[in-house]
Amino acid sequence: MGAQLWLFAAQLGTVILVLAVAYRPLGDYMAFAYASPRHLRVERGFYRLIGVDPSSEQSWPAYVRAVLAFSTAGIVLLYALQRVQELLPWSLGLGPVNEALAFNTAVSFVTNTNWQSYSPEATLGFTVQFAGLAVQNFLSAAVGIAVAVALVRAFAARHSSTIGNFWVDVTRGTLRILLPLAAIAAVLLVAGGVVQNLDGFHTVTTLSGATQEIPGGPVASQEAIKIVGTNGGGYFNANSAHPFENPLPWTSMLQIILMLVIPFALPRTFGRLVNDNRQGYAIAAVMATFFVVSSTVMTLLELGGSGSAPRLAGAALEGKELRFGIVGSTLYGTSSTLTSTGAVNSMHDSYTALGGGMAMINMMLGEVAPGGVGSGLYGMLVIAVIAVFIAGLMVGRTPEYLGKKIRAREMTLASLYILTTPALVLAGTALSFAIPGVQADVTGTSIANPGLHGFSEVLYAFTSAANNNGSAFAGLTANTPWLNTALGVAMMLGRFLPIVFVLALAGSLAQQDPVPVTAGTLPTHRVQFGGLLIGTVVLVSALTYFPALALGPLAEGLLHS
Amino acid sequence: MTSPLITALPTAARKLDPRLMWRNPVMFIVEIGAALTTVIAITEPLLGAPAGAGRPLAPSFTIGIAAWLWITVVFANLAEAVAEGRGKAQAASLRATRTSTPATRVIDYDETADATAERARVVEVSSADLTLGDVVIVVAGQVIPGDGDVVSGIASVDESAITGESAPVIREFGGDRSAVTGGTRVLSDRIVVRITSKPGETFVDRMIRLVEGAARQKTPNEIALNILLASLSIVFVIVVLTINPMAGYAGREVSIPVLIALLVCLIPTTIGALLSAIGIAGMDRLVQRNVLAMSGRAVEAAGDVTTLLLDKTGTITYGNRRATAFLPVGDAEDTELARVARLASLADPTPEGSSIVTLAEEQGQHEPPARGAIVVPFTAQTRMSGVDLADGTQLRKGAASMVSAWVAETGGIAPEQSRHLDEIVTRVSEAGGTPLVVAVRDAGGDARVLGVIQLKDVVKDGLVERFAELRAMGIRTVMITGDNPLTARAIAAEAGVDDFLAEATPEDKLALIRAEQSGGNLVAMTGDGTNDAPALAQADVGVAMNTGTSAAKEAGNMVDLDSDPTKLIDIVRIGKQLLITRGALTTFSIANDVAKYFAIIPAMFAAAFPGLAVLNVMALHSSASAILSAIIFNALVIVALIPLALRGVRYRPVSASRILSRNLLIYGLGGIIAPFIGIKLIDLIVSLIPGF
Repeated sequence: MGAQLWLFAAQLGTVILVLAVAYRPLGDYMAFAYASPRHLRVERGFYRLIGVDPSSEQSWPAYVRAVLAFSTAGIVLLYALQRVQELLPWSLGLGPVNEALAFNTAVSFVTNTNWQSYSPEATLGFTVQFAGLAVQNFLSAAVGIAVAVALVRAFAARHSSTIGNFWVDVTRGTLRILLPLAAIAAVLLVAGGVVQNLDGFHTVTTLSGATQEIPGGPVASQEAIKIVGTNGGGYFNANSAHPFENPLPWTSMLQIILMLVIPFALPRTFGRLVNDNRQGYAIAAVMATFFVVSSTVMTLLELGGSGSAPRLAGAALEGKELRFGIVGSTLYGTSSTLTSTGAVNSMHDSYTALGGGMAMINMMLGEVAPGGVGSGLYGMLVIAVIAVFIAGLMVGRTPEYLGKKIRAREMTLASLYILTTPALVLAGTALSFAIPGVQADVTGTSIANPGLHGFSEVLYAFTSAANNNGSAFAGLTANTPWLNTALGVAMMLGRFLPIVFVLALAGSLAQQDPVPVTAGTLPTHRVQFGGLLIGTVVLVSALTYFPALALGPLAEGLLHS
Repeated sequence: MTSPLITALPTAARKLDPRLMWRNPVMFIVEIGAALTTVIAITEPLLGAPAGAGRPLAPSFTIGIAAWLWITVVFANLAEAVAEGRGKAQAASLRATRTSTPATRVIDYDETADATAERARVVEVSSADLTLGDVVIVVAGQVIPGDGDVVSGIASVDESAITGESAPVIREFGGDRSAVTGGTRVLSDRIVVRITSKPGETFVDRMIRLVEGAARQKTPNEIALNILLASLSIVFVIVVLTINPMAGYAGREVSIPVLIALLVCLIPTTIGALLSAIGIAGMDRLVQRNVLAMSGRAVEAAGDVTTLLLDKTGTITYGNRRATAFLPVGDAEDTELARVARLASLADPTPEGSSIVTLAEEQGQHEPPARGAIVVPFTAQTRMSGVDLADGTQLRKGAASMVSAWVAETGGIAPEQSRHLDEIVTRVSEAGGTPLVVAVRDAGGDARVLGVIQLKDVVKDGLVERFAELRAMGIRTVMITGDNPLTARAIAAEAGVDDFLAEATPEDKLALIRAEQSGGNLVAMTGDGTNDAPALAQADVGVAMNTGTSAAKEAGNMVDLDSDPTKLIDIVRIGKQLLITRGALTTFSIANDVAKYFAIIPAMFAAAFPGLAVLNVMALHSSASAILSAIIFNALVIVALIPLALRGVRYRPVSASRILSRNLLIYGLGGIIAPFIGIKLIDLIVSLIPGF
């Protein structure tokens, strides 16, 4: 175990080092990309095509309408693509996807969740993967960053009635940030052995004489954006545990870094845009603290896994790839669940009860440490608003964050934001067991492991969906009408309600004139505030999910310990 | 504390009316829970206990929970009732002044021809019948029938009914002391008053409504906090509603009273119960300091103030120039200068004159006044004063140029001495003082300059420290003065204010406030004159002096009955304390939840899932005793914190960071730890009850 811990420390240290090196240049570059007044020629062409004046700014309701229209169009298009799959080229002979699954998948990819109720290689051909899913991988990520940038702009604004132009933000996010990064990532992945072809299935005969279907496809190009955009939807059912998606320990390490790099650099972008880099460092430090603590705890739990099989193997190796080992798996699992990516290189369902519980807790924190691209930053800023409110009262001033006062309207929107996800998770889980017909279906068809673990599987599914993570306890068969629909609704509401609240918050913050900083102002860049923010994140989620966790992973895990 | 709690009990019970309760969503949830548990407690023996998890709970358990839930609601009402009770007593004494009094109304008052209304026809009416614009005559011994402005005459008025200050005050026509308040008594002379308030809307009426809390509206921060509390409550309602479907999968449903108990423990009852009491008590603290805020909003704004405008005269300085030093010129002796200065001032009745005498006496000069001396009074032409002694010696003090000229009349000053004199005079002026030159001319006509008396506007004691405190709180002080910039700068430096506005006109003041506000600052100021009214109205916190005009009082959002401009600093402190108290108790309330979870979750599920027994870190006796203990703690903590809610959290003027650290430690960390200890102790007692 000692050697494993050193290995963990070395891997964690490497990740942190690379992220620290990337923090300033990438953060500054992203700030520049969104703040620059100049448009690229290709961008201008695109704006002309869709009939948008890139120099005009939108009020918050207009921004919301644009986000919703854009995403609705994405869902409709993706749904249609799946339903007419047999008519498309390179469909590999696969037929149309059924309604519930097509709905679930469309919502899943447009909401940056990438929950997969299906087995991709058995369900989707190249065209849907390439023209449908991969496109949404870019666009949903760009939407997330756009909303975050709109909120940041609002903090920096003085008496402004607008918060930016969605079409410009989403275009720049795609063209200037995601495409270049994904291109670099794809090349590196191909270098590491990730496949990239249009070959379809190869039938091979194995050494023992059996025949086997080996799938191919444009994997590396899709894998790159799956990771960089914190999407997580695998090309193959086994996701990043599949050797064609993630062949080597170093590609696994690369994927971890790529998942984290944008979410961890966005605080820098935030600091730059509000003209106070210290604010960015504070947010990044809080995120990093969660990451270090959470990955350490999960690693310790898996290394110390109890039960006879883990003890014989030396650790809880069930469901983990030997080429990644415990440490390579837990670090990946933590990165994936803390970033709302949801990609897996090991099966979370097979983790120890408490280790799997950590994956759930990571998501229950609200995907803010560092969270998905964009969504992590705006989530953290909303929680910062709540933290500032309570702390601000305690210093005897109307609470303010970055000079913007937190009053009834701001508080209403922030409260609605933090209410949404827990309500979806708990209601979804409870309804799965409360509606008589559904209950029979869930316990009879979906749950693979009855008892406490079966409950955890359902809880995990709704936590993952409502938080737009997309990872799963794979024991759950989610391709049922109830789960496809309910999880689809949870993903949709879990993505767009918070976005509406965030943009409304942005609108109301942008209108304010900032209050000047004095000795009576609560400083929000110091360790003290960082601690307070950590406390708020933990308390808000711990108080909400404690009973549910007690009934699932805690009851199961503490029973064995 | 005990007796107000008991006297407030009946009021607290009356407040159980759901129509009143629903305004406080957190406590309304508790009341619903209490009612539901009561129904279950009554029907349980008849219908049989519902199929619950684990070992069946004692029948006394449900009754116990129901009882303590009701107690929780009553405790919350008690906090509010006690806070209101303190205002009621004040309101009663104020109401006594409002009884209708006879008034002498002038018919067809003619302002120009008969300002004193000596010849006008009058009619006796009741004060209740007076309306806006009526003119009344009030003579010594009568009670002023309504709020108004003196339009003629001067009188001394006893305002103790509203200010509590027994010394009479002067009210006169014109100037900034023309406002009179209904219910106060004229002690001497006769005044003519124009009524400026409608019946029922007088100053005293507003004051009564204010201290009774009837006019209380939720303040912006209170609304925002209520939203947070409501959404926390909603989250916990969802948490509790979803427990049974989830637990039901394992066949371990929880009984309704247990769920209600969990819900009540989780929702922020502590702050929910005390929130309105904190607000009422905050207003009350202002009233105790003789400040009337027209709205809670103004009190809150006071806590946010970042710029304080203070008038120099009367606020920062004593207002009268006083002698602070004797500065001899050339070879003149200190003692001689002091002696002559004193003799020349003994007959001077002005405060400046007497301050010279005081200073000289402090320096050991006690010569009796010379017999037969002739006093030479100050005139605008000579601009000097002094005495001519019987032996022909003439002593003079006065403006430098005039005294120099007077000396030059009979001889003159040596160039070297003249240069020295100029030097001193300039130095004194630059330091913000006024130089008075002292000269003597003996019987032989030989005149010489002895030196200079430095007169200065003296900064009030302790102000330098208070301004430093304000700076630490993040508040900038700006001194407003009519003085020239040179003098203003010197006094500003001496008092330690951050900035000053010299040669200020009312327009300048208004412009300054607007400039500060456009930079995002919140401005507080005091004022008394009618020409202050626009600035008072523009300022975020405008404190009008009670001695001021009614225009000023209307424009401001607070009135200081003591007319003490430095009280602005106290007002800011009270505003901050109000917010801090709310924030601290909110933090405490939320932090409490951690321990309650550790009490209730194992109690709910440990029988079904033995693994969860490790969560019972407090080693509570049984499920029933754990849950009941958590509920009892939850109720008792409300009562325990009522004194804190009424008194307010201690506030020290230090930086925001340090205040936060301190409060996080006490109310955050304390809020996590305290219930672990409290619930354990209560459990030790509850476990002695049979059946638990």
